[in-house]
Amino acid sequence: MFSRAYKAAVTLPPLVWITVFLLAPYLLLFCYSFWSVSSEQTIVHSWNLANYNELVRVDVYWKTLLRSMWIAARVTMFSLLLGYPLAYFLSFYAGKKKNLFYQFVIIPLWVSYLVRAYAWKTILGSDGVLNTLLQYAHLTKHPLEFLLYSPFAVVLTLTHIYTPFAFLPIYAALEHIPRNLVEASHDLGATRGQTFWKVILPLSIPGVVAGATFAFVLSLGDFLAPLLLGGPSGIMISNIVVSLFGAAYNWPLGAAVSLCMLLLVVSLLFFSERLEKKWSFS
Amino acid sequence: MELLVSEGKSVSGSRWLLLHAAVVFAFLYLPIAVLIIYSFNGDGVGGFPPHHLTFDWYRILFADGPIWDSVLNSLQVALAAMVISLAFGVPAALALERAQFPGKALFRRLVLLPLILPGIITGLSLLMLFNVAGTKLSLLTIILGHGTALISVATTEVFAGLQKVDRAQEEASLDLGANYWQTFWRITVPNLKLPIIGAALLIFTLSMDEIAVSFFLIGRDNTLPLEIWGRLRRGITPEINAVSTIIFVFSLVAILLWYRLRVRGEGGSEIGLEIAEVADPV
Repeated sequence: MFSRAYKAAVTLPPLVWITVFLLAPYLLLFCYSFWSVSSEQTIVHSWNLANYNELVRVDVYWKTLLRSMWIAARVTMFSLLLGYPLAYFLSFYAGKKKNLFYQFVIIPLWVSYLVRAYAWKTILGSDGVLNTLLQYAHLTKHPLEFLLYSPFAVVLTLTHIYTPFAFLPIYAALEHIPRNLVEASHDLGATRGQTFWKVILPLSIPGVVAGATFAFVLSLGDFLAPLLLGGPSGIMISNIVVSLFGAAYNWPLGAAVSLCMLLLVVSLLFFSERLEKKWSFS
Repeated sequence: MELLVSEGKSVSGSRWLLLHAAVVFAFLYLPIAVLIIYSFNGDGVGGFPPHHLTFDWYRILFADGPIWDSVLNSLQVALAAMVISLAFGVPAALALERAQFPGKALFRRLVLLPLILPGIITGLSLLMLFNVAGTKLSLLTIILGHGTALISVATTEVFAGLQKVDRAQEEASLDLGANYWQTFWRITVPNLKLPIIGAALLIFTLSMDEIAVSFFLIGRDNTLPLEIWGRLRRGITPEINAVSTIIFVFSLVAILLWYRLRVRGEGGSEIGLEIAEVADPV
């Protein structure tokens, strides 16, 4: 019913913009990853696999990538453990207060992400709020040093930041479950536990997969929390990219690392979509 | 769900869920509470219990020129990014819902990719583009970066809104002799008022808080998050807490306004939920 002119008018402008400002830059990233830097710090446009060779040869790159994935995996697990029961509680038990509680989950997202990471730093530091509280209460004599500048601090902060992101799709999935299915399960004699494990949980799997993907991918690419709270043992792959684009001035190698991240993220999204499709009921 | 609570067993179950929810909310709000409390703490950001309550940090903040310059920069960037994202994101949603064209699947994925792709990849890809094009980095490059990355937000929100709109109104308008332009402004846009306002609010706040893309595209003028970031590296003062507290209060007011609007309107959906539902970019 919409004319060709209408369709062209709504399609072309975004198509052109996206091609110039998203597709072209990603393609450029791809090209850069095969180029190199001369000793005079200029980009040499000769195509070779030297950067990828270096990624395989120098173990700091893949070790950091593995560490980032391990941090992201822990963040994902904790976000789901915090987010799922919360979403379940809101969707099935909160009654009329549901929307209010929902807002309370969302509000922390309106506080700058950088500022919340900084707040954790002021809590976890050696003369931070937590350590001085523990000493004030005579529970410890000396500040606990492992709290800040450790992978622990990064996992804690990222879990804080990404729990609402894990919560959102799970909540959306739970809200979409037809309530008469739950009632039917009860009418047929299932206990609350049985209903949860056999009806509600399976139907919410697509939300869990989406939430896990959010938490994993977003925390995998994070570079601020490790810089602020990670210390040397909490460095993540994005920090390497940042330093390659900054002080180390090796854009092509940085592009190669980024392209590996990009491919990892896109393949994760691909698998999570497969998984969601497999489990969706509609 | 009152039905479920009436069973004896589920009451204890719901108590555990309530306890869990309380713990999660405490975890989500602890850093925010610390942030606000210590903005009034005369002795600095650490140390329990807080004492020497004072407004000094706010006084210092109000006399701090660079911070307010960066706030103005961020406001400009956020407004301009909002315009760009809506100008291309709304047509993109219409195109995805109504038009068929070759490469549509790829287009959809590209538009939505920045929602979940680590910001640094989008940021450094654009840096390469501007570098190749010989564009000098400035607030303009940040605007282009934010505007492009946040098209994804406008598109998801509006696309979800379109699914609920009755197309017959637009058809009637066209049948009655209005042209597409008139129909767009008089029927399509008013029908999508709530999703568009919701998207605009989200884009504005996300841009105000954005740091990964800005990190690579920054010229001489700092945005607020980058100004804060620069200061955090030099040492921390409660001035950061004070400025964050003020922004938090403004955000709360914005949420409340949105809520009022939604209640008066025919009840659009919760901010962010659309993204959680439609965001799977692949």
